[in-house]
Amino acid sequence: MTEQDVLGLRVGEIVFLNGKIVTGRDKIHQFLCSGKKSKKEVPFDLRGTVLYHCGPLMKKTAGGFECVAGGPTTSMRLEMYEPQVISEYGLKGVMGKGGMGSATLNAMKENGCVYFQAIGGAAVYLSNRIKKVAGVWKLEEFGMTEAMWLLDVVDFPAILTMDAYGKSLHEEIEKQSSDIFKELAGLR
Amino acid sequence: MRELRNAIIELYRKAATSLPQDIEEGLRCSMKREGKSSSAGTALSVILENISLARETGRPLCQDTGVPVFFVKIPVGQSHRKIRQEIVSATRDATKKIPLRPNAVDILTEKNSGENTGINFPILYFEETGGERLVMDLILKGAGSENIGQLYKLPDAALKAERDLEGVRRCVLDAVVRAQGKGCPPYIIGVGVGASKDQVTMSAKVQFLRHLDDTAGNVALSRLEKKVVHDINQLGIGPMGLGGRTTALAVKIGVNHRHPASYFVDVSFMCWADRRVRMVFHMKNSTFNIQE
Repeated sequence: MTEQDVLGLRVGEIVFLNGKIVTGRDKIHQFLCSGKKSKKEVPFDLRGTVLYHCGPLMKKTAGGFECVAGGPTTSMRLEMYEPQVISEYGLKGVMGKGGMGSATLNAMKENGCVYFQAIGGAAVYLSNRIKKVAGVWKLEEFGMTEAMWLLDVVDFPAILTMDAYGKSLHEEIEKQSSDIFKELAGLR
Repeated sequence: MRELRNAIIELYRKAATSLPQDIEEGLRCSMKREGKSSSAGTALSVILENISLARETGRPLCQDTGVPVFFVKIPVGQSHRKIRQEIVSATRDATKKIPLRPNAVDILTEKNSGENTGINFPILYFEETGGERLVMDLILKGAGSENIGQLYKLPDAALKAERDLEGVRRCVLDAVVRAQGKGCPPYIIGVGVGASKDQVTMSAKVQFLRHLDDTAGNVALSRLEKKVVHDINQLGIGPMGLGGRTTALAVKIGVNHRHPASYFVDVSFMCWADRRVRMVFHMKNSTFNIQE
């Protein structure tokens, strides 16, 4: 994705991703942000790509791997790492479920990056949109779930819920729902 | 015991690749409420299509095949140790055959065992029963929904929650507001109330065995369950946290006697992918059937 693609997207839009994306969850984030890391070590070009919070279920085939099920994992676990990953590695998109917090939202605004909410649990539907498993890094060390997978996706559906202008659907809904809760519980 | 092992593998297969009818029906009803054009409606239509695809292709409907939690009723005279061994062996086989995602990670070495077995993994609860039938309930508990559970100790000043059913209602609503869309709503929520932390967390989990239309035996509890679902669905969090009228399909509450000084409330969440299945195994002729 280019800077222009990112700036053209607004909260609430339904998008379909096409092209190469990478997965990464707890261990990958921890590694990318640790002192040990070296950007050169990452075998895939992360600049301008989408990082998908996903621990897929893969099956080994004769020619490589096939994704059996590949829905999103909860993004909020990665909140403490994501601003650094976005700024250091030049991501233009982050995809997962449940949204992320204010630190990531700020990093997205500063670096021109957006958040896509994929449909949680829809793992078969979404794996049908992964045309090819194009590569993997850290499989031996981190295992299937935590490795970084390079995926070629076609018409992969998601909803844009955090844009590069500092707007977050998650933040809005959280605020509205806590107000309603306070009313229902007589807390104000 | 080979027959029992094979039966448990089939139990795993059914649990991982399909949803109980009442849950699917509940999701269909919420689809009607949300309407097709909203983000929530889009999410639900993808979810419903995913359920059909998983059933048709025999693939796990969510990549997180969870922590397997077994509730087993064992006929008098059967060895608990042997049944435990069969469950562990069947778990290894099921992980390869279905396949399930390997989810058992060693705390000390950080190594994934690769076969969904390890220290207290799967989680097993055994009790004795009369007759010849072994009854095994399996829940595949996804981690996204497990991570958003909350434990409360009443009274709680911030919530103005006292030691009564109104206090319980406030705890559940607070837990849902904290959870937002992080654990894949529409949720099914299990609540346990009582004397100690372990007692109430277990009670909350057991509620997940109840079907959506099951009502609590006690009138006050049953009324509370309905009231809390109604309130939760006013919050506007909606399917996948995208906004909407269906944040929970059901709330089920279990109570225990408490100590005069304690009033614990555990709120446990189940994602929409509520994978629960029952298998009945006849010890006499080693046949089995799988129910929802």
